[in-house]
Amino acid sequence: MEKAAKILKKPITSTLIAVVCGFLIAGVIIALMGYSPMEALGLLIKGVFSRPKYIFKVIEKSTPLILTGVSVAFAFRTGLFNIGAEGQYIVGSVAATVVGIKLSFPPIIQIPVVIFAGILAGAIFGVIVGFLKARFGIHEVITGIMLNWVALYLCNFVVNSHEFNKPSNSKTYSINQSGYTTILYNWKSSKAGIEFLRNNKWLSDILLKTDVNVGFLVAILVAVLVWFMLNKTTIGFGVRAVGLNPFAAEFAGIGVKRHITTTMAISGSICGLAAALTITGTSPHGLYLLTMFENVGFNGLFVALIAGSSPISCIFSGLFFGGLIYGGNSIQSGLGVPSEIINITIGTILFFVALTKVVPEIANRLAKRRENNA
Amino acid sequence: MDISSNYAVQMRNITKAFGNCMALNSVSIDVKKGTIHAMLGENGAGKTTLMNILYGLYHADSGDIYIKGEKVNMKNPMVAIQNGIGMVHQHFKLVENFTVAQNIMLGSEVTNKFGILNMRKFKDELQKIINLYGLKVDPNAKIENISVGMQQRVEILKTLYRGAELLILDEPTAVLTPQEIIELISIMHKLIENGKTIIIITHKLKEIKASSEYCTIIRRGKYIDSLEVKGIDEEMLAEKMVGRSVKLIADKTPAKKGKVIFNIENLNVQNQQSNCLLAIKNLSLQVRKGEILGIAGVDGNGQKELVEAITGLLRAQSGTIKINGKEIQNTKPKNVIKNKISTIHEDRQKRGLVLNLSVAENAILEKYNERPFSSHGILHYSEINKFTSDLIKEYDVRPKNCKGVPIRELSGGNQQKIIIGREIANEPDLLIAVQPTRGLDVGAIEYVHKTLIEERDKGKAILLISLELDEIMSLSDTIAVIYNGEIQGVYDQNEVDENTIGLLMAGGSKVGKSSKNS
Repeated sequence: MEKAAKILKKPITSTLIAVVCGFLIAGVIIALMGYSPMEALGLLIKGVFSRPKYIFKVIEKSTPLILTGVSVAFAFRTGLFNIGAEGQYIVGSVAATVVGIKLSFPPIIQIPVVIFAGILAGAIFGVIVGFLKARFGIHEVITGIMLNWVALYLCNFVVNSHEFNKPSNSKTYSINQSGYTTILYNWKSSKAGIEFLRNNKWLSDILLKTDVNVGFLVAILVAVLVWFMLNKTTIGFGVRAVGLNPFAAEFAGIGVKRHITTTMAISGSICGLAAALTITGTSPHGLYLLTMFENVGFNGLFVALIAGSSPISCIFSGLFFGGLIYGGNSIQSGLGVPSEIINITIGTILFFVALTKVVPEIANRLAKRRENNA
Repeated sequence: MDISSNYAVQMRNITKAFGNCMALNSVSIDVKKGTIHAMLGENGAGKTTLMNILYGLYHADSGDIYIKGEKVNMKNPMVAIQNGIGMVHQHFKLVENFTVAQNIMLGSEVTNKFGILNMRKFKDELQKIINLYGLKVDPNAKIENISVGMQQRVEILKTLYRGAELLILDEPTAVLTPQEIIELISIMHKLIENGKTIIIITHKLKEIKASSEYCTIIRRGKYIDSLEVKGIDEEMLAEKMVGRSVKLIADKTPAKKGKVIFNIENLNVQNQQSNCLLAIKNLSLQVRKGEILGIAGVDGNGQKELVEAITGLLRAQSGTIKINGKEIQNTKPKNVIKNKISTIHEDRQKRGLVLNLSVAENAILEKYNERPFSSHGILHYSEINKFTSDLIKEYDVRPKNCKGVPIRELSGGNQQKIIIGREIANEPDLLIAVQPTRGLDVGAIEYVHKTLIEERDKGKAILLISLELDEIMSLSDTIAVIYNGEIQGVYDQNEVDENTIGLLMAGGSKVGKSSKNS
């Protein structure tokens, strides 16, 4: 019993319980709609794990989510709710696309320049939010949401502009190929490559049908770096102190306003990086007209929430999230279940994550009952 | 003692645990009708918990409550109110921008049959109660505009209006001036004359002697004794409360005052609530090396603003603050710390510590950016841990291996030791201690006082700001009185008595020797 209570008190346990509860409720809904929940679950698992291609697709989908998750988690440590992640992601992709189309350098220069453009744009959007909060006390959620729309229409403006619009298409041109970060992009369309892949089914499945790119490795690296920064550096110390108690931080001589702005700059730049990696790494390597938000940034909020604002956990929750989104498609195509079910599942899981404070409470009760029985 | 209707309240074998912590262990108390009964104990002894159980805010794990001989299940405060129990909490629960009358009516509104408030009828009823007990307050005044003593009367009126026969007063004198305390005690006696019963929770021995007939002492959740107050002295009460003999007055040698190193001249600071008023008016003050200068005053007379102006949190409108001849007004907190001013803030948990960071991280909160704790932006945890271990050892922080645990888990006294250690490690020229013993038990208070005197003897200047007049009187070498943002007078220790200081604290005229500061 004591052991059970101990396990229940770990944060990971409550998250897992939340996930299971989410699946259970979604299962009930699927059953009520007249489908078999077990079959749906089977399809979901199959849709993620049955072919190497699927696994790599999930990784590809997860990469930006991990990064926006890390971005949000980092801001959250300073007590800031970076709902503007969506906008920072969009401007990042706008900047990366514009620079990627306009400039044409060899890859060794082009790739860093394009990625830096994305980071810078994201950082600027982040700084605006942070500065307004620090200087005038304007709530970051308000400015964040406003800037999301600014970013959305900026994106559409660029897509529709004469300069970048691919004729008779609702998207821009792709960026110059020298900026691609897709792995073995040139080789797989070369003669030798085609020849080789024809004889290697497994590899061709991955390389030809997905956009395997370096983004995932970068995302892991960034998550680790952010963890290091938070826990081992003076910036991280300041960020945590300000986030946990701004009053004490101020009194101890830690610049609260400076830290808010810095945090938002870093948070925004991580979103910009996520966007730039998507533009350079996956097709169509450009922008398309947005009728609504793509939710990459918003989903980052959920990723961070499930991860309990730990950058390292964001890697796993990002993969989980990507898996749900990608695997959800196969439920839809296999069973004819509306894709909304996947969204309901995600929503339910989050709902339970928010409720997980109850779990340690239950653990306490268990411990107490044991005492009484003893 | 038997259960009998002669007793307003009898609580029997009350036990209550919070998690693993035993807050109350089989405590019993018998309160005779028509008496003032004191609950005496150190902070954290369980006095307030016991009373919260009586008022239905907490539930006892076991034990019974009898009201006038009848067993009652105190499910919630509604049941307590129905049984004629009223409680005045230490922190008042009033709506600041409502009037006195509105606050008293809140929750038991007088209405006509259409549900419209009938203010006139209510005010008539209220006036009757006010006259009966001599609780003078203006029913139409807003809470934010009346003094703390008045607010307390409003709280008492609130319970009386709800028909309370038994009043529980939780630390009622903590926020009052000596004069207000005397008035409160006379109000209490008037209530008793009119057949009410009062339980007063306190750790101040003097007030028990002045007000109560009986006294129940609890120590660390255990029942110690119940006594008739007449015929026992304060030392004996203290000994029973703490469990050993204690020094009620700090031991110290006369100060060797050096040169003035901290100098405030004509300081003006705006009131944060209303922009046109000044919280600090033309204040001048000097602190010398090797002395403890105590500022006495009732809460809310500018102490907070004074500290915040010195530490760089609030802007000074005009005037100068100099340390070692260097002006530091209107600079950042960091600059103030750099200029050798360290502060033990009154609000330990809000301003002093980041509760969710570890003990070690809190120990370097002001210096994490400096060598040896970090270089090139990377923290050096080995140095940080070493520093913290030394601190823990030197200041006898318990538990001993607490470096890595969140400081939230330490007791108030041990948290304070970390703060004091941290600030003294800065080797300040001026140490500001604001309410340094707030919420600490007698043992920890003794320790804090001893440490402050030691620092003084090392030649540091110490500015002590406290609402506890006893603390100011016993520790300070020089006493300044603040009222309404102005210094009313500066005296040497033993030059004036407690009553004179008390009068000045309440804004009364200067008696005896005139201010030395003018």
